[in-house]
Order: sequence, then structure tokens, then C-alpha cells
Amino acid sequence: MADPTPPREPATMVERISPLAGFAGVSDTRLRVREIPFLRQTNLRADPGKVPPSLGLRLPMEPGTWLRSGGADVLWLGPDEWLVIGDVDLPRSEDVAVTDVSAQRTTILVAGPGARDLLAHGCAIDLHPSVFGPGRCAQTTLARAQVVLVAGEDEEFRVLVRASFARYLADWITDAAVDY
Amino acid sequence: MTRRRAGHEGQVLRFTFDGRAYEGRRGDTLASALLAAGVRRVATSVTLGRPRGIFGAWTEEPNAVVQIERPFPEPMVQATTIPLYDGLVASSLSGQGRLSPGPDPARYDATHAHCDVLVVGAGPAGLAAARAAARTGARVVLADDRPEPGGTLPDTAETVEGRPGAEWALAVAAELRALPDVRVLSRTSVIGYYDHNYLVAVERRGEDAVTRERVWRIRARRVVLATGAHERPIVFSGNDLPGVMLASAARAYANRYGVPAGRRAVVFTTGMDDTAYDAARDLAEAGVEIVDIADAREGRLVTAAIGDGDEGLRTVVIGERGEGLGAMTGSREVEADLLLVAGGWNPVVHLFGQAGGELRYDERLGAFVPGDAARAVQAGRNVVVAGAARGATTLAECLADGETAAASTPPTSLATPPSPSGGWGEHVWLVPADDETHHFVDLQRDVTVADLRRATGAGLRSVEHVKRYTTAGTAHDQGKTSGTLTSAIVAQVLGTGIAGLGTTTFRAPYVPVSFATLAGRDRGALHDPVRVTAMHDWHAEHGALFENVGQWKRPWYYPGPGEDMEAAVLRECRAVREATGAMDASTLGKIDVQGPDAAELLDRLYTNLMSSLKVGAIRYGVMCRADGMVFDDGTVIRLAPDRFLVTTTTGNAAAVLDWMEEWLQTEWPGLRVRCTSVTEQWATVALAGPGSRAVLASLAPDLAVDAESFPFMTWRDAEVAGIEARVCRISFSGELAYEINVSWWHGLALWKAVQATGAVTPYGTETMHVLRAEKGYPIIGQDTDGTVTPADLGMGWVVSKSKPDFVGKRSFARADTARPDRRHLVGLLPEDPDALLPEGAQLVACERLPEPPVPMLGHVTSSYRSAALGRTFALALVSGGRDRVGERLHAYTGETLIPVTVTHHVLYDPEGTRRDGRPDTSEGARHDG
Amino acid sequence: MLLIPCPWCGPRDEAEFGYGGQAGVAYPRDPGALTDEEWARYLFFRDNPEGPFEERWNHSAGCRRWFNLTRNTATNEITPISPSGDASPPGNVATGEVGTASASWDAATGGPR
Repeated sequence: MADPTPPREPATMVERISPLAGFAGVSDTRLRVREIPFLRQTNLRADPGKVPPSLGLRLPMEPGTWLRSGGADVLWLGPDEWLVIGDVDLPRSEDVAVTDVSAQRTTILVAGPGARDLLAHGCAIDLHPSVFGPGRCAQTTLARAQVVLVAGEDEEFRVLVRASFARYLADWITDAAVDY
Repeated sequence: MTRRRAGHEGQVLRFTFDGRAYEGRRGDTLASALLAAGVRRVATSVTLGRPRGIFGAWTEEPNAVVQIERPFPEPMVQATTIPLYDGLVASSLSGQGRLSPGPDPARYDATHAHCDVLVVGAGPAGLAAARAAARTGARVVLADDRPEPGGTLPDTAETVEGRPGAEWALAVAAELRALPDVRVLSRTSVIGYYDHNYLVAVERRGEDAVTRERVWRIRARRVVLATGAHERPIVFSGNDLPGVMLASAARAYANRYGVPAGRRAVVFTTGMDDTAYDAARDLAEAGVEIVDIADAREGRLVTAAIGDGDEGLRTVVIGERGEGLGAMTGSREVEADLLLVAGGWNPVVHLFGQAGGELRYDERLGAFVPGDAARAVQAGRNVVVAGAARGATTLAECLADGETAAASTPPTSLATPPSPSGGWGEHVWLVPADDETHHFVDLQRDVTVADLRRATGAGLRSVEHVKRYTTAGTAHDQGKTSGTLTSAIVAQVLGTGIAGLGTTTFRAPYVPVSFATLAGRDRGALHDPVRVTAMHDWHAEHGALFENVGQWKRPWYYPGPGEDMEAAVLRECRAVREATGAMDASTLGKIDVQGPDAAELLDRLYTNLMSSLKVGAIRYGVMCRADGMVFDDGTVIRLAPDRFLVTTTTGNAAAVLDWMEEWLQTEWPGLRVRCTSVTEQWATVALAGPGSRAVLASLAPDLAVDAESFPFMTWRDAEVAGIEARVCRISFSGELAYEINVSWWHGLALWKAVQATGAVTPYGTETMHVLRAEKGYPIIGQDTDGTVTPADLGMGWVVSKSKPDFVGKRSFARADTARPDRRHLVGLLPEDPDALLPEGAQLVACERLPEPPVPMLGHVTSSYRSAALGRTFALALVSGGRDRVGERLHAYTGETLIPVTVTHHVLYDPEGTRRDGRPDTSEGARHDG
Repeated sequence: MLLIPCPWCGPRDEAEFGYGGQAGVAYPRDPGALTDEEWARYLFFRDNPEGPFEERWNHSAGCRRWFNLTRNTATNEITPISPSGDASPPGNVATGEVGTASASWDAATGGPR
């Protein structure tokens, strides 16, 4: 079942450039926005009942939640799909599909007391702390881009966005941030 | 000129109206400031050119619609709702405003809110409802269109809970604002009520705010409509003159703004309730002389208002009514500059109507009131109406109503209006006369009773039809003052009941909203997402012009100094055919398909066999819909026995992934296959041309690139320019070609390394299109349109005969897909080798166009100049085209007929000798752009 | 903007979903055995009632799952078919017919499984 040289963290010295290289972000008491580039991300798909213990990861089974396990953040994306953020090697098998998606999306950190209000400008889901508090995540749309939204502690949100949409979304966030 | 009451001397604000400078006070609307300045005429009516004044005091205003000139031109704004600010410049209008020719410099945006209870309206009922709901800990949004809370309380002198109404309202609003889960939105009009309790509101944040206006999209578990009531006019001769005003509006100007709206006033009331007398008392206190009160209960009616040019009202004629409505006995003429009209109250049921609630005509109120909300509630619009909006007539009733509405009782429990408090008069809509051409029903649209009679005389029996025939109720105010009147007068004319006639339909928006507001920040660069590749900045820096492909920006061509598009594309084409070109192919969709049944899934979705593909090899494939029409094409790369990488066309990436998931989830859940998009995981450089092997060899010294070691339609993992890469030997130009895939993060580095060889010409999508067209490779979506089968494209070879089934197969056995006159993809050579056919041009057989209908044989799908052919050429879909090779047809350009010759669709290197330097005639050497 | 109950993600705005038309139209057991008219009925003919209609939706901007619900086409009243929180994959293969069609595919193709 082994693939010929699956692509992964490059051993080469060639410079990597993140989709938002040069993004000024926002640095304010109410709002902080910046890119977190080059996070290793692995898409994992399996029937919930067929996850082998050898995977070494605990998978969140409740829709719209994430947890920390085995040194990685594991996000529920669907009833048979998870996104693993962290430097872990996951074995592919008949029952478990594993795909490297590290470069597929980049991560934008949106944090601070104004973060929820900022996100609400472009996001239709209910972001109230009682509904979308720490430990929650959602695949939804922000402005006109599909994103994975991850709620952390202390009003910190990670916005995972496809590399090709990253500049659009960063521009949109910068524009929306003028009120904060 | 200003006759301001004591206690209303706020900060002075300067403004200009119709070129004259005036002063107003902070807290004024433009209307109250104009009244205080003694300006009577503020508009000219749209068709009859009659002078018009201020009629209402808030959103019901039908007359005083003005053009804002500065700070930014805005047409048709109600003077009664625009807060006065220093430097405001406005002018009067005659029915129509002027849009700004320049872009609006202000910022607009949108946001979302979720709540347990949305209360619309911050009058007594709304405040009581919001307070009661908030005290239970609910998440509450209270939205009100005025700058201050209290609804009409500040218009009156009434007290609530022992305090002046305005003060009470401020205190309740302050209490609400202090709660963490309550949001109080002032100057916010709820304009639309949509499915599943989704409401849209517009917040006017002011000229000084960073964001001028904001759209709120609110999802509420429960909605309390406390939208109040509008006073109803009465129709009589000359009821449109400046100086004729709703009694409630004159009361508001006196109490809220401290502006007496005239000197000598007559009051005309139907006696529906005593609010007209309250208004008269308040105006008298404000120094207005009340010279007469015509109360219909006493048989006294105003029969005419007589005016004098711009000054408006001068004389009021009051008649004594005899037996029967039309018979007037005696009359009295009174000198007055103000005529207060009080015809009863219309509950504001617009949003309830939009919610799907049924309206009911209430005989005693003479108005439509909310009826059964069951249908609205059933459709997911959990709505309850409170206060004057459902017919409550006293302050105490409104307050109690609000409290009840917030409680969790079933919404329909409020369906029955409270009993009237007594003192009811009869309904007087119209004081008839022989000449009713100056009896105005809709002031903004200049619709008179004579017009309504003409409509019914023409046979119209429905108010919807009368509305469209006369335009009554179609202005900016959507009939807030004219709607019920129109129904009542049409019913009177027809001799039927109002209840049976009903109202016209209430539609969003409740108040006018500018397109700039609705657009929010989705304009300019943020209008639609722009998707870019990892190499985008290089393309831009090197002068590429871009083509929009879906949301992607793709380099179209790279003009050199002095080059136009034609020259640049011919140069790029020659480079690929004679040396080496490089194209950014990152936008192709890529899907990782893995699992034990991956090959089986692909066999079912592609028309050709994929399970026989060997690990390390690549196959071109076509997908059809079940109807047999081509849906997408691309290459399939076998990475492992249980793993494939599928590429799709740029525009179809999401659709193909959805297509796979749909079949997997809904038809074949037993297949053990998982599909994951990796479109942006990879950046791709296409290297094409006879020199590409040498370029690749120089970049990947460890990779054996000779044709035997690295044959056509195979892939290799290798280090290219020091970057881990997957190199695929595929071609979309017919030339020897490779596609080098690296991590998106390394895309720019790879591209620069390729350019640094100095042996490569960058080329764009236009050149790619020309090269593939020379080879007869179709672009799905350009050369196809959802009615084209693989066989129509001359690609019968891509349809498996051995597979028992695949999606689309059954359709190939339909008689229609076997018709000989189906449109085939063919080549066209214009007889003039310099004539470039317009894409989309229709093809006919005849040299001259006959009278229509013209028998059309097909159309041009792609058309280019070819460097390799030294002439122009085109691809076309032509009826029975493959049987017409050699025939002469004509392409119609809209002006002339251009003669063309039909050819086989492969125009360049039909033997396929160029793709690796050796002759090879097998098909399949292709890949999408 | 409809509020559509995704069985997995909960209620979301309509804009996050793709519409899949009438539910329960299974891929025919053996397309080759159908007459042209029967095949055309599968391809092109769908019910269009005023009132309750069982239809398919795909949470395309979310979890990408297909599911069925009943929507009243006159009022947009929505009734979930499989309640949220159900542990088994919910609506997408709502009718038994579809599963049968899946099995029959294997029979028809004589495929590897």
C-alpha cells in the first residue's frame, strides 16, 4: 500500500513562500490578525467505527469540535473526515485515507476582543461564545471564501483558507478591520 | 423666521436648501428645520407640477422627497427622516432624483446577528417587550429606525411609569444597552422579513461614522413586531396643498422638535379617536391658534382646501353634512395656513404581511390588522405583533401588549385586537365632489380619486390591478398613507366591502435603501474573490495580462515591448512549436482518490477504463452526465494500486469533486473510496516544446528524461531545481511536454528556476488555446455546451465498449445520440487566410441569407490565428460536420457572410509525430487547460 | 435565506448548500434493460408538487454530506427526515431503493467486488 515517495515536508533548501508572505496584518488592542504559515496539515478520512488504535490519535466524534491529541490539533470536518494540524506521520491503510494538504490551506489568526464581531461581518453562523466557544470548529464561509473556523481560548480564532483565496480573504479582513 | 419653542434651542446647524442658506438645530430633521425656517413648498408633484409641502413627520412622508447634493449626491431622500447635519445641501425634486455620476466614497458593510428575540420598533410596546425578554436572560436585538428610543412617545406629552415618555424610553434603552446579550440598534430600519425568521435591517450610522450604513442580517428564534401605526389621511379637494398635514405629524413637530407647523390651524377629524384633540391641545400650547375643529361625528367635513401658489393653504372650506354622504348643506370658509387631518390609524403591518401573516379588515378601526399568524409560524416565521401594530389604541394597552409578547405564550394568542376604548366615529375616507381631479389619494404619484374611478370604469376590480393601472402605492413610500385609502375608495366606488377587496401585497424593502448599502464591501477589488496562483506576482511583474477563468486570474499573454495581443500570441505559439515555452498550470483541479475501490469508482464515472491503468502511468479521461453529454475531462494518474490523482478543468474542480461525492454517498455507499481536493496543494508548471526535454534535464540532473526511460503518459518523482517534484509527461499542445508539480509553497521558486534557464518563453492561456485548437483538442465549456457527446467531439475512442456500464453509457444507445445530423466538432478554414471568424458566429450553407427562418448548421466555438499554419482557423460544431469535410459553408458575422471550408478538426500534425520525436498515431495525448 | 438543518453541522444558511432535486430517484438497476422512454423518465422527469416534497441537499460549503429533508414548496416549512445527532450516516441514502441500486451495480458490472 506504500506510495512512491509521498510528498511531504521538503528536505530541500529552496525557499518556501507562504500564500500571505508580506501580509501586514492588524496589530491593535482590540484586534490582532496575522498569518501562521507552513502548518503541516493532514486530511484523514475513515469510518468512525474503523479507526485503528495504531493511528495514535484521538478523533473528535462530536460534529463541529476539535481537540488536542498526540501533539496535534484534530478538527472534525465531517462524519468521516478530520483535519490533523501538527507534525505527525499518519499511516495510510485500507480503512484510513491519508492525504497531505499542508499547502492546500494557510492559516490566518484573528484574535482579540473584537475578533468575533469582525468575523460576524462575513460569517453567517452564530459566533456567540455560548454556541461557538473554545473547542468548536466549523466549515463555513467567511466573506465569499470557504474556510475552516477554529475557536481557541482567549478569543483566538484560526481561519484556515485555501491558498488561492488567501489574499482575497486577507484583503477583506483588512478592509473590515477599519471599524475595530 | 425661526419660531422655535423654549427647550428646543440646541446647537445651531447650517444647511442649504434650493440654494438658500438656513439654520436648524441639532436634533432636527431636514423637514423640521425647513418648517421652522418657514419653508412651505419643498417639492413639485411629478405629473401635475403642483406645489407640495411636508405632510408627515417620519417614514410615512409621501411628499417631501429631496435630492441630497452634498456631501454625496443621493436621490429621493425623505426630508422627514434625514437628520440635519452641518453643511447639508439639498434641493427639491419633482418626483425623480439624480444618481451620482461618480463613485460613492463612503464605506458600507454588512454583518450578521443571532438572537432569541428580535423586537422591531422601540416604542412603548417594543421597549416593554425587549425589557421583559431581556429580564429572562434571552439574547435580544431591539431595532428601531429613529435616532432616539420611544417611537412616537416624544411626539406626545404622555407619561409612562410616572415619567415623561421620552425620558422613560431613554431609561429603558439604557437598561437594555447595559446587558451583555442585548443589542440596541437605533436608526436601524428592518426592511425585509424572509424565510425562517431571517430579517434584514439597515443601520444608518451617520455621515461621520467610519461605515456610513450597515446591513444587518438577523436570524431570530422569535420576532416581536412592534411597528406602531401610521395616521390615515382623508381625501378632499386640494388635500395636497402645502399646509395640509397629518395631525400626528404637526403634533410631532410641536413636541419633539419644538416647531409649530403654522400660525392658524383647522383640525379635520373623523373622530375615530381623540388623538386629533390631543394634537390640537399640544399645538395650542405651542402657540398655534386653533380656529376650528371639523369633526365628522358632528356632521362637519372639510370639503376643500384652497391655496395660493408656493405659500400653499390659505382657506379651508367646511361643509355641514345633510342626509347621505354627498349632500352638503351650507359651508363656512376659514382663513388658515395649517390643516390637520386625522382619519384614523393604520397599523404598520408591512413586515407581518411579508412574513406571510394573513391580514384582516377590522370594521371598527377601519384598517387592516394582523390576523392569523399560523401560516407564517408554520413556515418557520415565529412572529407576534404587539401594540399599535395590531390595533391597540392606548398607551396602557401597548405597554401590556409588549410584556405579553415577550413571554413565551403562543404567538397566535395575540391575534385578536383589543376592544376599542369607545368614542368611535364612522369612517370617512373621502369627501366626494363632482370634480375629483384634485382629490389626491397618492400624493407622490399624483393619483386622484378621478384616476381610481377611471380604473374601475375600465373594468378593473382588483386593487392589485388598480395599483398597476394608476401607480397608486408604487412610490418610495409604497403606499404608507395611500394603501388603505385606495382599497377603501375603490370598494366604495365598486359598492363592495373593503374586507373582500383586501390590500396590495407588502414587499421589501419597507423603506428605500440604496444599492451601495446592499452592495456593502462586496465591490471594487472585493466584489468577487480573486484566486491567484503561487506564481501570480511574477506574472504581474513581467507584464502579463490576465484572463478571468472562474474566479482565477490566469496569465493570458505576456506582451513584449511594442507588441499587441496578436503579435505576442504568435510569438508565444512559435516558441512552443519551435523551442520551449512554460505556462502556469496550477489552476487545474486536482483530486486525490484513494481506497481499495478507487479504480472501480473511476471506471464507473469515466467513459473509458481506468482500472487497467498501471501504477506510474497516466490516462486521459472524459466524464459524462447520465444524459451522455460531456461534463469534464482531464488526466488520471495512478499513484498506487489504491490511489489516483485526478485532474479536472480549472472551472469544474469543485463540480467534479461534488459529482464524485454525490455518487459515492447517494448511490454507492459501499464503495471504499475517499476523495480529497488537493488543488492548492500543488503548483504546476507546464513545459512544452521540442526543447523541453533538454530544459528538464538541466533542472533535474538525476532524472532520466530520454523517451525510453520516461515515456509519454507516465510520471516520475524527481528533484527539479532542488525541489521535490512530480513530473508528468503529458501534452496539451501536441509537442513534447511535461508538467512539473511541486508544493504550492515552492511554486514560485520552481517557476523562477525554469525562467532562469534562459531557454524558456512564458506563455499564457491564449497561446495554450491556440495550440490545443490546432490539434483539435476541445475545451469543455468553450467547444461544448452540455449538448455534446464524446462521439460528437470525434472522441468515440474514449468511450469504452467493454465496460458493462458507466455514467452516461445508456444514453449513447438513445436514438437521439446516434442521429447522423448531430453537431460534430470540425475545423474551419476561411477562404481568406487572414479572415478571423467571430466566436459564436452562425454557419449557413447558402451564399445569401434567405428570408427567415434561416436554416443554421452550427456555430463557431473557437477561432484563432495560427503561427504554425500561417493562417487563421476555427473549430466549430456543425450539423453532420464529419460528413461535410471539404464542403463550403458561410459564417455570418452580423454584417457579412465569410466563406469557409470544413476540415477535419485536427489541423496540425495529425499523425502525432511531434510529441516525442518519433511517429506515433495513438490518441490520448492530451490534457486540459 | 432558508435555514437548512444539516444533520451533522446543525442549521446553516441556504447559501452553504447545493440543491439535489427530488429525493429517492435511484440509479436504475440495469440501465441497459430500460426502454428509451423509461431511461428518459429517469433522466428528465421529476415531481413538482405544491406542498410537501422530499428533496436532496448537499452541505457543500460545510461537511459535504448529502441528506434528505421534506420541504413544503408552498411555505418552505422544512421537516428533517433524519434527526440531528443520529449516529449513522443520515439522509443521503434515505430510501432502501438506493442501496439496492448500489448492489445491483455490482451485479450489472460483474465488478471486482
